[in-house]
Amino acid sequence: MLQFYTQHSRLVDQIGINALLALSLSVSLRAGQLALAQAAFAGIAAYVSAIASMQYHWPLAASIAFAMLCAAAAAALLAYPIRRLRGVFLAIATIGFGEILRVVANNLSITGGAEGISGIPNDARAPLIYASLVAVGIVLALLSRTKFALAVELTREDENAARGVGVDVGMVRLASLALGGAIAGLAGALYAHASFFITPTDFGFVRMEAILVWCVIGGVTSPVGAVAGAAFLSILPEAIRALQDFREVTNGLILLGVVIFAPAGIAGLWKRAR
Amino acid sequence: MPASLVLDDVAVRYGGVQALHGVSLTVEPGATLGLIGPNGAGKTTLINATTGITSIERGSIALGSQRLDGLPTHRIARAGIARTYQNIRLFGALDVRTNLAAGAYARPGRLTDADTRWFLARAGIAHVDLDVAASTLAYGDQRRLEIARALASAPAIVMLDEPAAGMNPTETGLLVHTIREIARSGIGVLLIEHDMALVRAACDAVVVLNFGEVLARGTPAEVAGDPAVVEAYLGTGET
Repeated sequence: MLQFYTQHSRLVDQIGINALLALSLSVSLRAGQLALAQAAFAGIAAYVSAIASMQYHWPLAASIAFAMLCAAAAAALLAYPIRRLRGVFLAIATIGFGEILRVVANNLSITGGAEGISGIPNDARAPLIYASLVAVGIVLALLSRTKFALAVELTREDENAARGVGVDVGMVRLASLALGGAIAGLAGALYAHASFFITPTDFGFVRMEAILVWCVIGGVTSPVGAVAGAAFLSILPEAIRALQDFREVTNGLILLGVVIFAPAGIAGLWKRAR
Repeated sequence: MPASLVLDDVAVRYGGVQALHGVSLTVEPGATLGLIGPNGAGKTTLINATTGITSIERGSIALGSQRLDGLPTHRIARAGIARTYQNIRLFGALDVRTNLAAGAYARPGRLTDADTRWFLARAGIAHVDLDVAASTLAYGDQRRLEIARALASAPAIVMLDEPAAGMNPTETGLLVHTIREIARSGIGVLLIEHDMALVRAACDAVVVLNFGEVLARGTPAEVAGDPAVVEAYLGTGET
């Protein structure tokens, strides 16, 4: 076990971080919001935690917590200008937000421009990453028993009918975006502290698209499915070395296959098998 | 304390179309007010204005001492106004139990299955399975499920937008009983309906709208005998 981890530590860490990113998007998707800014939220948190640790010598826990807060605040602020957007328009606007941040990070000196930040203390290891994943899982499971979860479900099904029974749809959208932002922020901060360096490209459109594919393969609104999808697609190119250079192509083909043959994803197949 | 829904001089304009010209009416607790009129008379607009979906140009809408006009839809729902929709708007993919839980969303606590069954029984569909998706129910049952969802919010006022549309005569007969029982429990009912037999059987009073104005008001018998109403709405074939 220990030997396996020393050989594949980077992969093991990545699976946990990717699972967190998939969970963060599944929170938005559950509320029916195709808001694709998770990579950008992760990027904000990655840079904030890296800068807090390196320039201000904050302890790991404090820099991660502050980074999560910044990502959640960015998500909450983003909720206002996009409040009237739905579907593809929401997707385009949120992708645009991510690209703007990427360009800004590419050109600021505090973020190290296109070269990014290197020499980040490598202090987020698998136990911390997986403890975070479990903690987020527990928080989401507890939330699923509250009225907030009901409001989220009603908002996804029919926003107007949800308003008609007293759901503050704007608040639900803001809260789910901020919660997803906080989880993406946690993933981003862990990513920074599990890698030696970060660059703006790490949090660009390619990453966002990968997160979306994990969720779709897992089964759009299922948190467990999202984690399974992230794990599956993180392991696949490692397990089948020949696929490694064609990662995007394989992702695309798998996505196509899932959409055509199993639209409810891994979660749907699991349900059907039982 | 039971409160009346009072619309005073309510006007609504959609672009160049004046949909309502100063309509006033009162829905009393424990009574059923019928709202009838030809298509395009402004009946659904009146419900949409009351629930905050459409903003009003003039006038006021209040439930007891609380002003409703200008509030967002979810706040109006929380104030005690429940409605059903002309085109059914259930949460179709969700099961019957969750649809009822949605109705009770703004109330403290949660519905037990016994509560859920009680609301279903009041709407006349005690027989449905709580675990099936709402969209799989028969059409008439879906209409009744909407009524059950509205009742689950423990409203002061229920507005029913053509609840008998698509129902057969037996179902419509049951609906009269359901509406009377709702009013008897102290809830004020506003009933939009085209079926005059249903209006006569269920309503204590009727308001007739035509081109966004009140054409007549009175008991169902008085209104049915009013020549202006007969001409505008019922037509010569109906008399």
